[in-house]
Order: sequence, then C-alpha cells, then structure tokens
Amino acid sequence: MSTRTEVAAETAAEKPVGRRRKPPLSEGAKQERRLGWWLCAPAVIVMLAVTAYPVVYAIWLSLQRYNLELPNEVKFIGFANYGAVLTSPYWWQALWVTVLITVVSVSITLVLGMLLALVMYRTIFGRGTIRTAALIPYGIVTVAAAYGWYYAWTPGQGYLSAALNNAAPLTSQYKAIAVIILAEIWKTTPFMGLLLLAGLSLVPEDLQKAAKVDGASGWQRFWRITVPLMKPAILVALLFRTLDSFRIFDNIFILTQGNNGTGSVSILAWDNLFNALNLGIGAAISILIFICVVIIAAVYIKGFGTAAPGTDIERR
Amino acid sequence: MAAITSTPRQKVGWGVTNFVVVALALIPVLWMVSLSFKTPTAVTDPSFIPASWTWGNYTQILKTATFVRPLLNSIGIGLIATFISVVFASMAAYAIARLRFPGKAVLIGMALLIAMFPIIALVTPLFSIERALGLFNTWPGLIIPYVAFGLPLGIYTLSAFFREIPWELEKAAKVDGATPFQAFVRVIAPLAAPGMVTTSILVFLACWNEFLLAISLTSTIAARTAPASLAYLSGSSQFTVPTGPIAAAAVVITIPIIIFVLFFQRRIVAGLTSGAVKG
Repeated sequence: MSTRTEVAAETAAEKPVGRRRKPPLSEGAKQERRLGWWLCAPAVIVMLAVTAYPVVYAIWLSLQRYNLELPNEVKFIGFANYGAVLTSPYWWQALWVTVLITVVSVSITLVLGMLLALVMYRTIFGRGTIRTAALIPYGIVTVAAAYGWYYAWTPGQGYLSAALNNAAPLTSQYKAIAVIILAEIWKTTPFMGLLLLAGLSLVPEDLQKAAKVDGASGWQRFWRITVPLMKPAILVALLFRTLDSFRIFDNIFILTQGNNGTGSVSILAWDNLFNALNLGIGAAISILIFICVVIIAAVYIKGFGTAAPGTDIERR
Repeated sequence: MAAITSTPRQKVGWGVTNFVVVALALIPVLWMVSLSFKTPTAVTDPSFIPASWTWGNYTQILKTATFVRPLLNSIGIGLIATFISVVFASMAAYAIARLRFPGKAVLIGMALLIAMFPIIALVTPLFSIERALGLFNTWPGLIIPYVAFGLPLGIYTLSAFFREIPWELEKAAKVDGATPFQAFVRVIAPLAAPGMVTTSILVFLACWNEFLLAISLTSTIAARTAPASLAYLSGSSQFTVPTGPIAAAAVVITIPIIIFVLFFQRRIVAGLTSGAVKG
C-alpha cells in the first residue's frame, strides 16, 4: 500500500515539472515512455478498430436511407431516421420495457446480492460450498439458462408452470417481463454478491464491535456503519449492473423473441437489422442506445459521485 | 469469527439459510439436467425426475454437425481470442502499473468506455464492415471483436494483479544489466503468471457466454458458436419438439463452466473483485 502511494505521489509531482522543463527527459525516461507506448499500442489499435471506427461508421449509416433489400436507393437523408425512430411507438415501448427491466432487476439484485454477501461473510460453516454454488449462475451461459427458464414456464412441460396451475406467463406482456426479470436476477445476483462481499470485507470489524458495545442493534450497525462504508463499492457494482442490464438481449431473445411487447431496445435494433434489413434505422437505434448508456454513466459518475472504475489506478 | 459462541440454534439457522442459497442456485441447473435425460414422451411430463431416462439426446446432438462443429468453433474462437487479449492486456497493464508515460489516463478511460459499451451499437456497423472485408461468418470475424471486448476486462484485472508484484526484483534485474523489456519477460512475467491465469479464465468465460455477436456475425456452422447453435437444433424427427436435444446441448456447454468453477473458484473470485471494487 505504501509503495503504491509513493508511486502515485511521484507521478503527481513529476508531471507538471516535467512539462515545464524544456528538454528535460533523460535517456532512461524517454526509453520508458517509448516502451509504455509500444506496450499499449496493440491493445489500443484493436480497441479502436473494433469500436471507434464502427461507431463513426454507424453514425454515418444512421444518416442514410439504407435498406439491404433496396441497395440502389441508398441516399443521405440527414436526421430522418432519428425522426422516424423517435416518433415511433415501438421505440418508446421498447425503451419503457428496457427501463422497467433494468430498474426492477437491478434493485432486487442489489438487495439479494447484499443478503448473499452477508450470508457468505457471516455464515459459520459451508462458506466454500455457498461460493461454489453461487458461481454457477454467474458462469453459466445466459442462453443455456434462458432455455431452462423457457421450458420451466412452458405449460405441460415445465415444473414452474405446473406449480402455478399450468400458467403460461410467457404469452402475456407483464407476466413475460416478470419471467425475464426473474431470469436476469438469478443470473446476476451472484456477481453482485461477490462484488459486495469484497466491499464488505473492507469494513473494519473493530467499528462493528465498538458500535455493539455502545448498544447499537444489528439493523442500526448495518445502516449506520456497513452501508456508508461500502457506498463506493455499492455504487460501482450498481453502475456495472445497470449498464449491463440496459443492454439486455440474450434472455429476451430466447424467452419471448420480443413478442407481446416484451422487446428491449437491443431487440428492436436487432430486429430492424436482421428482419427488416434496414441498416439506416438499425444504426439510428444503436446510436440512441449508445447515447442512453452515456447518460446513465454520466448520472452515476457526476450525480451520485461514483468513482469511475480504473480512475483509482491513476490516483494510486 | 462467530464460531466462539455459536449455539445449536444458530447452527440450524445458518444450515437452513445456506441450504436455501445453494438450492436457489442449483435448482434451475438440475432442471436442465433432468430435461436432457427425458425421452421425447417424458418431456411433456413436468415432474422434476424423468419418468423414463435416456442418453438419446446426448448421442443425438454429439452426432450432428449442427452442434459439434459450433462446439469446436466455440472452443477454438474462445481460446484464440483469450490468448490474444491476455497477451495484449498484460503488455498494456504492465505499462499502466509500472511505467510513466503520457496518455495513460486516456487509455484507462477508453478501456472503461469499451467495458460499458452497448454491444448492439456495434452489430450494425460490424455486420456491414465484415461483409465488405470478407470477415463475415469466419473465425477471425468473431475473434477480433472478442479480443477487443476481452481487453478492458484483462487490463483492469491484470493491472490490479501487477500492482501487487514485488517490483524491487525488476530493479535488481536492471542493475544486473537487463533492459526494461528483458526485465519484463524474464522477471515479471513469471511472477505475473497467476494473475494471467485468472484473467484468462474470466476472458474465456466471457467469450464462451457471448451470444449477440455470435448470432449476428455468423450465418452457417462455419463460424457459429455453441450458444448460437442451440436455436438451430432439431428434434429426433421433424415432428418432435427439440426440447431434449436443446437441454442436452445446454448441459454440454455448461459443463466446462462447472469444471472451471470447481477448480479455479478462488482465482475467479479474486479476479472478479480485484478490478472493480478495490478503489
């Protein structure tokens, strides 16, 4: 820990000084700088090639009338695709479904993840078994698990459907969304639990004991000590989960294909691309999703003061 | 810690709690295993224990190219993409953890942005670009984006691990006349191996799990991966529902995960939490 802070202090102190001096870099520093760039180059090139360039290309596509079925009618049409998407009830329907799934599943996952973390932290035996069991939903292929849920809720086939008098929840909008949310929660609670467990182990045991001596109840200790100290860990976990949930695709694709008004924005974009073969509209939806994600991240980082993961690497 | 004063009642309480947690995690998986052993007639029986058992679903899917080829694709694409991203990520993470150079903050920011990126926003342009370049429906067509999305995960996890390495050893190597590059390859890389194993597991799991790009950038079994192939499985005859085969295929692609989890759970947990929370 101390070495890290030293390194950070060094870098912090060095930077402004280094800039003011004119030809100050020693041969070693130059070599180090060049090595740094060379070592990062491959990663940077791949990341830029796969994301930056396609995003620019997507913006260009979104300004064209471009339907793969009508390849001769490609034409620059400005923001008409965005106009078409933003005035379409399908977009707002999909956005509502996505926001609903995100808000409900992330909130429930947070509560259950916290409970799981507390169980893993406090249990007096079987900690290893619980951790192994919890890692299975995290690791399992989402699509495989989604098929499991699909068959479980199919009337005449599934144990869950049979348990609820042959219910067929996947055929009606809000029940299907509930099933999708259930599948999301099952899959992501372990991840949340493990992240929160790491945050939990940073809460000093002495503080808890001191509060206990002072007569604080378990509930009070949880809200007044554990939660405030874990706030940074909770916010980072929430940011990751929210953005991940907002991109939901796999579970819906298998469970309902987006039928009956259960499609997310990602499903809508995919449909426009692969079923309607409309690259222009598909690209416009993709860009709108990207803007939504930027807004969510900005709200977390600026609004709630979430430390952007990785900025700590610089600070140290 | 609580073991000092645990009463029998507490033990029972924790026993019940632990049991509930384990059951919630495992029941959906066991359900899939049960489905995969059901005969086509038993599939319509919602009971948890198959009325009649069969290995038929497994023998069927392991004989058809519709599943076997995608399974091999998944393994090949996953391993190659993991290898490349871990090599590139460890180079970058070393630079981040150890060297002073301008542009470090930009690199970290970029990795963060990509980690949060909505993949669907790339599907349209990548589909278009890959068709133009002839990469559509090929291994490299999936490997390249998988490397790009493996990199942020790799860079975060590895730079967290690299900060824990005793760097005095590197200085010692430099005193003995090694160049920074030699110091990296000879001294630091072996010390970094555990972190690299962990990162490889996480990146491989991510590639193995990926679905959206896998269905969008492939059109035949030439490059389709196992998760994407599930939807293309058919029943034993045209008129049978493919429930059993799909369940069997789902179990087959889950087995490697269970093995990974059983062998490497400590590393997986360490890796998952090192990148995200320590700040």
